[in-house]
Amino acid sequence: MEGRWPNGRSNVSLAQRAWNIRRKALLMGEVQGQGYIGQALGVADVLATSYFHAMDYRPEDPEWEGRDRFYLSIGHYAIALYAALMEAGILPEEEYATYGMDDSRMPMSGMASYTPGMEITGGSLGHGLGIAVGAALGLKRKSNPAFVYNLMSDGELGEGSTWEAVMSGVQWQLDNLICIVDFNNQQADGPTRDALAVGAEAPKWEAFGWFAQEVDGNDLGTLVAAFDAAREHAGPRPRVIICNTTMCKGVDFLEAREMNHFVRVEPDEWAKALARLEEGRSA
Amino acid sequence: MTLASMARKYEQRVPPRDTAATSAMIASLQAEGYDTVAAPFGHALVAEAEADERIVGLSADLAKYTDLHVFAQAMPDRFYQMGMAEQLLMSAAAGLAREGFIPFATTYAVFASRRAYDFIAMAIAEENLPVKVCCALPGLTTGYGPSHQATEDLAIFRGLPNMVVVDPCDAADVAGMVPALLAHDGPAYARLLRGKVASVLTRHKPDYTFTLGKAQMIREGADVLVVSTGIMTMRALDAADRLAADKVDVAVLHVPTIKPLDVETIRAEAGRGRLVVTAENHTENGGLGEAVARALLTAGVTPAFRMIALPDAFLEAGALPTLHDMYGLSVGKIVEQIKSWL
Repeated sequence: MEGRWPNGRSNVSLAQRAWNIRRKALLMGEVQGQGYIGQALGVADVLATSYFHAMDYRPEDPEWEGRDRFYLSIGHYAIALYAALMEAGILPEEEYATYGMDDSRMPMSGMASYTPGMEITGGSLGHGLGIAVGAALGLKRKSNPAFVYNLMSDGELGEGSTWEAVMSGVQWQLDNLICIVDFNNQQADGPTRDALAVGAEAPKWEAFGWFAQEVDGNDLGTLVAAFDAAREHAGPRPRVIICNTTMCKGVDFLEAREMNHFVRVEPDEWAKALARLEEGRSA
Repeated sequence: MTLASMARKYEQRVPPRDTAATSAMIASLQAEGYDTVAAPFGHALVAEAEADERIVGLSADLAKYTDLHVFAQAMPDRFYQMGMAEQLLMSAAAGLAREGFIPFATTYAVFASRRAYDFIAMAIAEENLPVKVCCALPGLTTGYGPSHQATEDLAIFRGLPNMVVVDPCDAADVAGMVPALLAHDGPAYARLLRGKVASVLTRHKPDYTFTLGKAQMIREGADVLVVSTGIMTMRALDAADRLAADKVDVAVLHVPTIKPLDVETIRAEAGRGRLVVTAENHTENGGLGEAVARALLTAGVTPAFRMIALPDAFLEAGALPTLHDMYGLSVGKIVEQIKSWL
């Protein structure tokens, strides 16, 4: 499966892109000895599909008016998006060593004013989709055909503001809005499904009026098909792709850890994780 | 938990026997003797929007009650009814601002300052986006009770970095602040006076025009300096007229911009030996009075100093004139208070 970065100029496979994103995220995690590495490894395939298959953008001009917008509602996933932005050529790769340092352009939680390609300041959860509604309205006002992608977490389904935005997207027939839910079933205190009436995700969004798909978020072929369907769906409806992902995907000994919202990685384990990732690639 | 800790005010209440008691339905501000202007906010916004394509208007089911319906009727394709969803209102305004538009988002002051605060803080203010949050029912301007009385909104938004905070007095301020907020490249919170809004300032000072960030002396006086904001400038001017009959000469310095505060003018005027009285339609905590006190103390200006403000309490429901008397915002109560301090 080839990526189309941007729009077909690359023949690097999506699998390679996803692998590269995981590796860069691990390198950044190693710099600080911590980080939301579980989320980064889990969402790498979604980001690879977004940045190297679905989205239109210019790496040399991250504010290009014609770009598809990518909103990271979940600020703590910044480490994952930095990895993707480096892979996409929007951030210089060598900056990974500054991750989380004083004066870095890559703070622990994503903020628009710090980082090229970081469109919004996330982190206060339940904000991204509402901002995306406004941006989608704005793009329509300008007759700009770009899409707004909003990446949110399953935990954000607990925020009331998310559902205000869900209803509004339907009200305004925002067919230029694509919401991606990274469903890894882990929030700060434990499994998301045990916390707040989470269940029947796709039927719920469908009932609100969205074009909803629920897919294996770690299967690139499925993701590509879902992103294509989301972009090409003919109805005047907003689109959601619920991506069931596995925390720490690609590093088996981390995947096996039980409580892994903020996965603890011992100092000697970063090298080991990179090695396991390497083995997984050649396997 | 104990029930005794709850505010069970009903236990002390005796229903009025006199059926001619003042109706709590009286909802409008008393502005006796002043001409009024209808919906100055809505008309000013339409005038600006005719010249500036970037302006859009949003409301959360309160367009009619914030005079935004004037804009919605004049420019229906630039108006967004966001439904009864204030968090969305602010987030979507942020999104529109990201795409180059200048949103004026309206609701009631309580809903912006309480329910939607995080969204104004993080989606709008932290990113310094040019969203203008304009809110009706500021302070004690309704007898509905605490659900609708935004007595702490100025304190909340003063605490928010990047925010400009405006508390207009009258129709001239409301109309004048619209182009000023538009010209300011950043977020703003403005209190709104709606419906038939009194024309106060130009009667006392014919050449008055609103200038963002500027305090303006509306009336000179040798004995007392009232530093006031919002509708309290109107009350202070009326009180000054009455006090003049008692040979008390009251100056009124109008401070419609709470943040950034015009500290230079305030310090200069407060340093001239008069009793300084701040007057605000807001809790005594964190509003104009405390801001002025800090401005003066940090500059070593230490006049005799008093504050007229709402108490640190959830206020009563009732008729607005009754409540303004009860809490010291009426002209009569201002006169009494100032006399008692002389």
